[in-house]
Amino acid sequence: MAIKVEQENHHHGHDVGERLYLHRHSVVHSLPSHLKIVAAVAFILVVVSTPVTHWQAFIAYFVWLLSVVKIAKIPFLLLFKRALIEVPFIFFAILMPFFGSGEKIQVGPFDLYREGVIAGSGIVVKGTLGVMTAIILSTSTTAREILRGLERLKLPVLMVQIASFMLRYVNVVNDEMERMKVARESRGFEATGIKHWKVLATAAGALFIRSYERGERVHLSMLSRGYEGVLPHDEPPHISKRVWLIAMLYPLVAAIIFIAQILIGKM
Amino acid sequence: MNTPSLEIKELAFAYPDGNQALYGVNLSVQKGERVALLGPNGAGKTTLVMHMNGIHPTSHGTIHVAGQLVDSKNKESIKEIRSKVGIVFQDPDDQLFMPTVGEDVAFGPYNMGKRGAELDAIVDDALNLVGMSEFKDRPPHHLSFGQRRRVAVATVLAMKPEILVLDEPSSNLDPASRRELADILRSLDITMVMVTHDLPYAYELCARSVILKGGVIVADGSTHEILTNSALLTANRLELPVGFSIQ
Repeated sequence: MAIKVEQENHHHGHDVGERLYLHRHSVVHSLPSHLKIVAAVAFILVVVSTPVTHWQAFIAYFVWLLSVVKIAKIPFLLLFKRALIEVPFIFFAILMPFFGSGEKIQVGPFDLYREGVIAGSGIVVKGTLGVMTAIILSTSTTAREILRGLERLKLPVLMVQIASFMLRYVNVVNDEMERMKVARESRGFEATGIKHWKVLATAAGALFIRSYERGERVHLSMLSRGYEGVLPHDEPPHISKRVWLIAMLYPLVAAIIFIAQILIGKM
Repeated sequence: MNTPSLEIKELAFAYPDGNQALYGVNLSVQKGERVALLGPNGAGKTTLVMHMNGIHPTSHGTIHVAGQLVDSKNKESIKEIRSKVGIVFQDPDDQLFMPTVGEDVAFGPYNMGKRGAELDAIVDDALNLVGMSEFKDRPPHHLSFGQRRRVAVATVLAMKPEILVLDEPSSNLDPASRRELADILRSLDITMVMVTHDLPYAYELCARSVILKGGVIVADGSTHEILTNSALLTANRLELPVGFSIQ
């Protein structure tokens, strides 16, 4: 009898390097990658230039960002889980209200510095919006497409090539590392503490040498096929005004919120 | 007489560390011929292959590919040579470095100046020859080893080479993949040099074999003749698999 085991969470792109991508069919997924990169950066710029005291604007930003997440068919739970990556970075921002000088305000049981609260919350709120924007980009675009986008945005070819090779070989090297680990463990090795670091360091060294030699072989095979410093790249496709507009809605709506907020504030 | 696809004369080579690998190799391969290059480990087979497209500069002797001298100092001619000599390396992961199968097959012809629809047609053609068309947009990492080997062959075929050089084409393949690759190779109308330890494979695919040992060609004849000469095989650390016999 054949026993079938269901794989959980199967989706396209389960490699290292493609782990972030979530395959869905949505407007956001189908937009050209370079437009998405431009839109994401522009959105972040608008957010960063909004003074943190205009707190209503930030609420509107979050509502707009979450609607885009909805449109991209990204589960909110996934968004929040991935957003946790910023926690180590905002740790100090959270401490800011407790240290400083000047006017103090009472918030619940805490005695906080006003300046600190404003600066700290600014970092947390703007950081979160930025991180979540990056999550939308990375979840709706394959790593390969992001590279293509960067290439179209005229990032130096060398940087794109290096990133592209990394993407290709991270899996190969990862498999190699995995095999070395299995081989170690098959001979009764288990890394438990500091006394095993020497073994791990040796293995890392061996992996480095192997990767280096592979690099040389790859280069040879590239030369054999006429490599002269340029990797093939496709001509940028023609993009209609409509597609541009759809992509730019992301920062545009944010900009409208920003302007509206200032106008309301003046009244 | 026709110009041979490959003509090697008195080729000798020593590595910079003084270790000499080739001691005067003479080999001529006619157009359309399939030749197995046999020999023990360390005989200089890979070194010889690396000379065929000028990766190793020729220090002594000459190599002609379809009548054209391999001269690694002449940039223009070496570019042409590299499009004429298609080398399929042993580890497909060394050969497939682009993000998708299709882009990898396009790499060679792109470097030869092909663009647009012409490039697309070449890629489709090459993938079709090895039966891998439906994998065009897949990353190489998702393919099985046998499939990657076939794509590696396609990447070279896309350059429309005069001569196809395969380094251990049957290594690490399961029996079915090994046979499928043999079928593909047999279907190609192209001059072929196959470096291999897999003697039955050589027997199956190549009418002619040469044995390289200690940096010189020590035997050159029909594969049948060479593989039935057990004294010759033993002297060159070659053995037919147990249970395999040639009448």
